[in-house]
Amino acid sequence: MSDQEKGGMSRRDLMAKIGMLLNGAAVVILATPVVGYLLAPIVRGDGGRYRKWIDLGELDEFPEGQTRLAKYKNPISNPWDGETDNIPCWVRRIQGEKFQVFAINCAHLGCPVRWFPQSSLFMCPCHGGVYYQDGSRASGPPPRGLFEYPYKVEGGRLMIEAGQLPTLSTSASLRARSNGCQG
Amino acid sequence: MSRLAKIGEWFDQRLQLGGTIRETMAHEVPRKSASWFYVFGSAALTVFILQIFTGIMLALIYVPSAGEAWNSLQYLNHGVTLGWFLRGVHGWGSNFMVAIVLIHMVQVAMFGAYKFPRELTWIIGVFLLLMTLGMAFTGQVLRFDQDAYWGLGIGAAICGRVPFVGAWVVHLLLGGPIIAGDTLSRFFAIHVFVIPGLLIGFVSLHLLMVLKLGINDWPMPGRLVRRATYVQEYHEMTKKDGVPFVPEAVWKDMFFSAFIIVCVMACAALFGPYGPNGQPDPTIVQTVPKPDYFFQWLYALLAYLPPEMETPALLIGPVVIIGFLVCLPFFAGEGEKSWKRRPIAVVTILLTAVALGTLTHLAGYTPWSPIMNAWSGDPVPVQYLNGRSPLERQGAAVFQGKQCRNCHSIGGSGGMRGPDLDSVAVRMTHDQLVRQVLQGGGNMPAYGKNLNPAEVAALVSFLDTLHPGNQLPARDAAQEVVSHDK
Repeated sequence: MSDQEKGGMSRRDLMAKIGMLLNGAAVVILATPVVGYLLAPIVRGDGGRYRKWIDLGELDEFPEGQTRLAKYKNPISNPWDGETDNIPCWVRRIQGEKFQVFAINCAHLGCPVRWFPQSSLFMCPCHGGVYYQDGSRASGPPPRGLFEYPYKVEGGRLMIEAGQLPTLSTSASLRARSNGCQG
Repeated sequence: MSRLAKIGEWFDQRLQLGGTIRETMAHEVPRKSASWFYVFGSAALTVFILQIFTGIMLALIYVPSAGEAWNSLQYLNHGVTLGWFLRGVHGWGSNFMVAIVLIHMVQVAMFGAYKFPRELTWIIGVFLLLMTLGMAFTGQVLRFDQDAYWGLGIGAAICGRVPFVGAWVVHLLLGGPIIAGDTLSRFFAIHVFVIPGLLIGFVSLHLLMVLKLGINDWPMPGRLVRRATYVQEYHEMTKKDGVPFVPEAVWKDMFFSAFIIVCVMACAALFGPYGPNGQPDPTIVQTVPKPDYFFQWLYALLAYLPPEMETPALLIGPVVIIGFLVCLPFFAGEGEKSWKRRPIAVVTILLTAVALGTLTHLAGYTPWSPIMNAWSGDPVPVQYLNGRSPLERQGAAVFQGKQCRNCHSIGGSGGMRGPDLDSVAVRMTHDQLVRQVLQGGGNMPAYGKNLNPAEVAALVSFLDTLHPGNQLPARDAAQEVVSHDK
């Protein structure tokens, strides 16, 4: 008490402050791995961890001039993912080895677009976004055309790079920095 | 002393809670505040407790795994005794909780209860509302069906609109680059641990403050709130004309809470549990995703906003609204409490209610969405085909076959995305129709590449016939003059 009155610090106060400091340090030490753990889902596209070409099937399964629904297994997958592992996409074979592979997700809010071959349009059931057969925006609220997967043809088979839910700031493939890059 | 009283005394000697409880029960509330208008807060608490209880019951069976959640919900519905009923109570309890929290908030705003010294009680209440909505959304995700899957997609698409760090936000929301097992697991943790924990803490604080500061006095026009004098005035009022909380006020709370619980159970018994609808398999693309009731206004808003307004509205809108609600007691913390002398407050609340109600009503029949099977499901009305030329009938076939019907209704059925075409020939001339079909515009796709000239000719000749018998089709007067000159 007399120490405090003089403006100094008693032994007890000092110990309490050191105790607080030690606890603060412990919190920081504990928080570091916890924050790292929480931020783990932020994947970097160029990390290479998920880069993988996915086989969509033989070229013959996609007749020229037609657009068909194809399904693939998500490259990043756990046994408990269940049915969410199955990802659909629209494959348009223009001619020969020229393709366009569109993500199912509408560029507006991610709902599944449907292909109507009769009118050659993709329509979205949610807010009425419509796209032409080449994926470009035709009408409705979408701010851009459909998202595309990078693709390549290898050994008579169509391969795409996938693995990500495409939004306005993420692409359909984990690698591709810009969308619609061809092969 | 009876044995029971002795046991009670033994506990109280150790717990030391009896005094506080007796004090709380006996504390005086203003006579007029012991009113039926003041029952919504306690009803919200009651439904919250019901939600905790039924939530724990459901967690005994539910499997929080993307691969098994849907199956475990089916098992709850059909394989577990009264599982369907507990799911129903939890689902309907969620609806009631959001509704009661909103009503409570409106009542508090109308009665000026957020003013000094209850500002912090209101601000915590705003967070409680946000957490309640958070529970409603995460709960919809745990009902892991098609709507949940695509609802997550919508959430991710909204997060993807955040500038610069959008990709990070999407990945944090989904627990990875795509909707999968980790997504459901984290929503389970948020729905079951994180938000309920916060809710329990904040509800306790909210209640504690109501007890410490006293329940809001019944607003009287002309009795102004002033920081310097309010607390003293309030204490004088409760002393002079107060009634003990128990039983004068509490019996109304208890009656209303019991009534709400009966209503929740009746809804659960009559209407049953929510879903789950289709399996969360994204390859089933024949689906029309829709959010739960309390988010449908947002779903409608996103259909009507101009595209360039969407991202600002989605990202700035919530900040403005929450900021306004949090700051409200600071710029309107004093003065008149009565709704009779606060026209701006009353109009704001009414306009908000009408806007939300209208948007929710529109979301009930989604006039902005194409009807995906109208082209193959709804026939062309017979009166539009009777006595028509072969070319015009061919046009009707083109009209159906090219999915025009998905967005345009004729004869009262079809989509409402575009205008109905029952009298389109009155509005547009032949040439205008051709141009519209080929070039589109006005939110219609251009069909120039998808129709050959013969199909266009047939389609437009059919559209030319679509006018009421007593109204002539539109004509281009200038063109007639030109052709007469020839």
